[in-house]
Amino acid sequence: MHKFIIFTVLCLIFLLSCKKETTNKDQKTKENTIVEKNVEVGAVKSYTYNQLKPLLEKVDDKIYVVNFWATWCAPCVKELPYFERIRKTYKASNVQVLLVSLDFANQVEKRLLPFIAKKKLQAKVVLLDDVNEDVWIKAIDKNWSGALPATLIYNKSKRKFYEQSFDYKTLENELKTFLK
Amino acid sequence: MKVFKTILAIAVVGLITAFNLKTDANGYKVGDKIEDFKLKNIDNKTVSLSDYTKAKGFVIIFTCNMCPYSVANEDRIIALQYKYESKGFPVIAINPNDPKASKGDSFADMQVRSKEKRFNFPYLFDEGQKVYPKFGATKTPHVYIVTKNDMKVKYIGAIDNSSRNPNKVTEKYVENALDELLAGKQVSKTETRAIGCSIKIL
Repeated sequence: MHKFIIFTVLCLIFLLSCKKETTNKDQKTKENTIVEKNVEVGAVKSYTYNQLKPLLEKVDDKIYVVNFWATWCAPCVKELPYFERIRKTYKASNVQVLLVSLDFANQVEKRLLPFIAKKKLQAKVVLLDDVNEDVWIKAIDKNWSGALPATLIYNKSKRKFYEQSFDYKTLENELKTFLK
Repeated sequence: MKVFKTILAIAVVGLITAFNLKTDANGYKVGDKIEDFKLKNIDNKTVSLSDYTKAKGFVIIFTCNMCPYSVANEDRIIALQYKYESKGFPVIAINPNDPKASKGDSFADMQVRSKEKRFNFPYLFDEGQKVYPKFGATKTPHVYIVTKNDMKVKYIGAIDNSSRNPNKVTEKYVENALDELLAGKQVSKTETRAIGCSIKIL
């Protein structure tokens, strides 16, 4: 009996440690590829989903708030200041904000860069430019229909996806469930 | 040991349930039977599915004027109607947005856009936003393929696998589904996703 328990626990530990190791390794190799491959468009880098993926599953002590948005999406534009405020207010609590733009790749210079300048966005902005949306939308969250805006909040032990708009209070309350 | 086994069993059941939980989005799923609707077209005449006596089915597309993803798909929607109306699967476009929440999506704006782009399909206005929730549409564009004999949903999702860039399309989901239905086959890919604009309501 006891042997069985010990065996199961050992198995679990083994599995968990394996997973962590590979993730870290993956992350390293992928981050390297990003440096080599991604195209810098002004101040905004363009990512494929495989390049973006490591940024959506970091295993460290930070809390990541990832917002999927676009300049032409009115509810997205409306809630951006809340993400900026979160970034400023919770900087000391190890919270990082990433803004993943789904603007059209050919409108980066015409729309996205001027928008970032005009709104004085301080959070890191990247462009996700990849076909096969069906694959990566489901990979980012199995329940995401693909509608914008959408937000992912995660840390190494918890992950939650929101296909909705936020007001500041609701966003802050959600973030607080990740802060200990 | 018994306790341990019970805990393990509960954990397993819990995990399985967690992964099977339905999304909070209500509305039709693939295989569901749909209700007919009656909506005003840009020519001021009403359109119902029952009006289509000869159709084998319908390509119902929730779309609008203002969403760039919808605009990026306009030519593809026109092409679908051009190719599949004569084969028995006409396109029916529905604007689900409340113009009060989305400036530029009013009935008059729809008439203008339809004329500009020479839409070859009906472009209906979901007045009072009553039809789109029944479908469970969450965004524009959002496609539902329905067969007429059983009025059942056969496909939900995207037009193809590259909504932003038509030059990079390698898989045409809607065309493939329609070709399969026309050949009397089951649709092999029944549910796909694409980025879209959330439906605008007050």
